[in-house]
Amino acid sequence: MSLLKLSHISAFYGPSQALFDVHLDVAEGQVVALMGRNGMGKSTTVKVICRMLKNRGGAVVFDGQDMARQPSHKAAQAGIGLVPEGRRCFAQLTVYENLIAAARPGEWDFAKVSELFPRLAERRDQLASSLSGGEQQMLAIGRALMTNPRLLILDEATEGLAPVVRQEIWAAIARLKAETGLAIIVIDKSIKELATVADKAVILEKGKSVWSGDFTALTPEITDQYLGV
Amino acid sequence: MKRETLLNLGLMAALLAFPLWAYQADEPFLITLTTRAVIFAIAGVGLNFALGFGGLVSFGHAAFFGLGGYAMGILAYHAQTYTPLMEAPFLIEGTKSMPVIWLVAVVISAITALAVGALSLRTTGVYFIMITLAFAQMFYYFANSWPTYGGEDGLSIYIRNDFPGLNTMDPIQFYMICYVILALVLGFVWAAARSPFGLMLGAARQNEERVQAVGQTPYRLYLVAFTISGAITGLAGALFADLNRFVSPTMFAWNMSGEIMIFVILGGVGRVFGPVAGAALFILLEHMLGGLSEFWHVYLGAILLGVVLFARGGLYGLIAGREVAHD
Repeated sequence: MSLLKLSHISAFYGPSQALFDVHLDVAEGQVVALMGRNGMGKSTTVKVICRMLKNRGGAVVFDGQDMARQPSHKAAQAGIGLVPEGRRCFAQLTVYENLIAAARPGEWDFAKVSELFPRLAERRDQLASSLSGGEQQMLAIGRALMTNPRLLILDEATEGLAPVVRQEIWAAIARLKAETGLAIIVIDKSIKELATVADKAVILEKGKSVWSGDFTALTPEITDQYLGV
Repeated sequence: MKRETLLNLGLMAALLAFPLWAYQADEPFLITLTTRAVIFAIAGVGLNFALGFGGLVSFGHAAFFGLGGYAMGILAYHAQTYTPLMEAPFLIEGTKSMPVIWLVAVVISAITALAVGALSLRTTGVYFIMITLAFAQMFYYFANSWPTYGGEDGLSIYIRNDFPGLNTMDPIQFYMICYVILALVLGFVWAAARSPFGLMLGAARQNEERVQAVGQTPYRLYLVAFTISGAITGLAGALFADLNRFVSPTMFAWNMSGEIMIFVILGGVGRVFGPVAGAALFILLEHMLGGLSEFWHVYLGAILLGVVLFARGGLYGLIAGREVAHD
């Protein structure tokens, strides 16, 4: 059953149209890779899903609910958890404060996040601004999990991180997929890593979804055509 | 123990020791002066809850300070003149009981802050500052033209209100009441600042979009903070009116809002105990500089300018460092 369904989405930044015709279908427990070259509309699509940007055309339906008139905090309350591009933790709060401030009732709590990312427990009382990039990313994921979402969106979660830290993040995503029923949308440039977790891929080009299917059906011809530099 | 914690403890100890010394030395004026500092500190702690934690630069907190004052003045006036406050549709009589007066002051200030906040928080920046100032000025002019309660001459209350088991006319006993209230308010604010609500309020000040992304509404967070802030400042107003046994429209005036803001800036914006240090320093300067010249506000202005330019964390920032502590 479809948890999130985007159909015929168009969206604008002022007078500039960024999305023309985006379709996206995410089922319960499914991991979907949202792919495309830079500037093709991936982050804009995420903003529309999280209601940070209102779509002008089309429909966003989450868990059977039309999200057209919902503000972004309602999207989060409905169960959409976002790990934004650039992490953006609350710099002047400690690790623990970042996590408990975002907490909503559910299975995810500080102990469970610490189990997924033991480094956060070690840095519990450190200010978020004093963490390394990788630790901040773990904190951003942990903070989104603390809202006990049904859909987790990871926007460029491994960008700019050291290879060893990237491995930790990918391992955590794989664990989330294996151990929880969480649906996940992942935006990332590493096809090799995406292949380890993604069930499905959706490719955007110039604000339109141009290819959608099982990740295993993603051939080198398709990636060369839509993702090659 | 962190430097800020030591400073907090030292400050509270000094505020306890000094009036006790003044009591021993038979200097009731110094006790009254410290009482004034403690009441101003409560008002500052109230403003700091909105300004320091929520980033809401309210220039209208005199409205709540004045409302607290008038709540005390009106209730006490009717109790002392044996006239009912209202007869229809139901009878409301005045009271001389401090706890009842405090409760009324807090409730009225909170309801007013909720209404003022609900409208003002639709604006930001300089518009928010101006709209809060405008609300306070409305109350100021209303009190000025309300002859029933003295108009611009104000309202004198000849005997301080009662507190069970204490002689409130005794300066040291009234001081202890104010000191305990300050300690309770500080405890409440300290706990609130560390609660998920307080943390989200601070987070909203840093990044509203992020806060929405985790399911919170900045407007609601700000409104709750503004309401609590107004309620605390209203409580301070009731105590201030009881200290002076007098209320007047000047409690609503814009310079009162400015003074409350000065307590916060002098002590350290966003530090729980900052306004306590700020109010104490303000009263100290007022006492010392006021003895030198009647234009002592000029010197105060220069000091404030120095703090804003060179010590932006206020007194707390200078002593305990700029970073907000989490101990």
